[in-house]
Amino acid sequence: MKINKKIAVSESGFVFDSSTGDSFSVNPLGIEIIGMVRDNKTEDDIRKILSEKYEVSVPVLEKSLSDFIGSLRSAKIIED
Amino acid sequence: MEKKKITIAATGLNNIDNPGPGVPFIRGVRESKEFDSRIIGLAYENLEPGIYMHNLIDKSYQIPYPSSGSDVLLRRIEYINKIEKIDVLIPNFDAELYTFMKSSDKLKEMGISTFLPTLEQFEERHKSVLPEFGKKYDIKVPGSKTIFSEREIPDLVNEYKYPMLVKGKYYDAYVAYTPEQVRMYMNKISSKWGLPIIIQEFVVGTEVNVVALGDGNGITIGAVPMRKQYITDKGKAWAGITLDDTNLLEITNKIISKTKWRGGMELEMIKTNEDDYYLIEINPRLPAWVYLSVGAGQNLPEALVKLALGEKVEPMTKYKNGTLFIRYSYDLICDISEFEKLTLNGEL
Repeated sequence: MKINKKIAVSESGFVFDSSTGDSFSVNPLGIEIIGMVRDNKTEDDIRKILSEKYEVSVPVLEKSLSDFIGSLRSAKIIED
Repeated sequence: MEKKKITIAATGLNNIDNPGPGVPFIRGVRESKEFDSRIIGLAYENLEPGIYMHNLIDKSYQIPYPSSGSDVLLRRIEYINKIEKIDVLIPNFDAELYTFMKSSDKLKEMGISTFLPTLEQFEERHKSVLPEFGKKYDIKVPGSKTIFSEREIPDLVNEYKYPMLVKGKYYDAYVAYTPEQVRMYMNKISSKWGLPIIIQEFVVGTEVNVVALGDGNGITIGAVPMRKQYITDKGKAWAGITLDDTNLLEITNKIISKTKWRGGMELEMIKTNEDDYYLIEINPRLPAWVYLSVGAGQNLPEALVKLALGEKVEPMTKYKNGTLFIRYSYDLICDISEFEKLTLNGEL
């Protein structure tokens, strides 16, 4: 998966799609995940990094990450 | 560089909730680095806000509606021209364009330049013949049908599924979900704008628009795509944002190149979830949101004036995407003497 070329993400978490005019806001963790996608990390890589960095149970992390990636996909922020 | 002094007359000063393009056009011209313009406002009604915007418009004159006949309108323009020596006249209403296009030679004899679509271009992009336009120029358009009577409503379901769009020849569009709603909107539109009514297939997607300017030889002088961010109950954009959409620009260039479009235009399109683009309307003039193009880096009003003056204009290909416009309402305070002057003398 990769970030759609038309997406700009500011340091404050403002996500802007210049091809549709849609804008979104994400929290610091969201910025971190988008940054990892930008660095060509896979969903498995991201899950691994987050589980090492944060105290979170595996089921909660898996569900939350999968939901977030799904939201990014449906908003066309990331594409396969 | 010394600015060139010119006198420009413009209509469409009705900067109301369904705004005409006159005031934003004039704002663009006022920001020109090449022209020092004297602006003459041409108004149909005595409460068009532009008349009282003295920072934008130097003098305003009332003119008769095109329905009074082109001779009456031309006589009035002739009178105004004797006083003002107009260099360029920019009409901004769909309903008046035909009269001005037909009179462009007579205006030229008076020394007034225009830059309008040809009659053929104007006629072939009408909503009522959009399917033929799409076929001729290989542009996707929704199916549509022209109806003249309520008796034709029950059979519509044989051609299109509900909902359907009910549109006036020049203005107004409503989404109808039932035959009763088609009837209701048909009566509403026809009482205001007359017949026929256009029934258009409803394409699901996001409406996107382009303001563009063609040089009459197939070259796009400028084009800026926009998506409405906030829409009023009249369906007008109250806020919008410029887009980085190369497909939209390609379609615009294709239309301008194939039709050799002359003058300003607004393309209204639907982008589906599958990224198909359907042309739903071509307005044959700059739209009321044209000032967004100026804000994004393309002064299309200035370029239109230059084309009217016969000057060479280099195509503009860059603009800043992510530029927003947000409209606002503002109360102008005027003394009754101004209103009195305009009402009694027809000029202010």
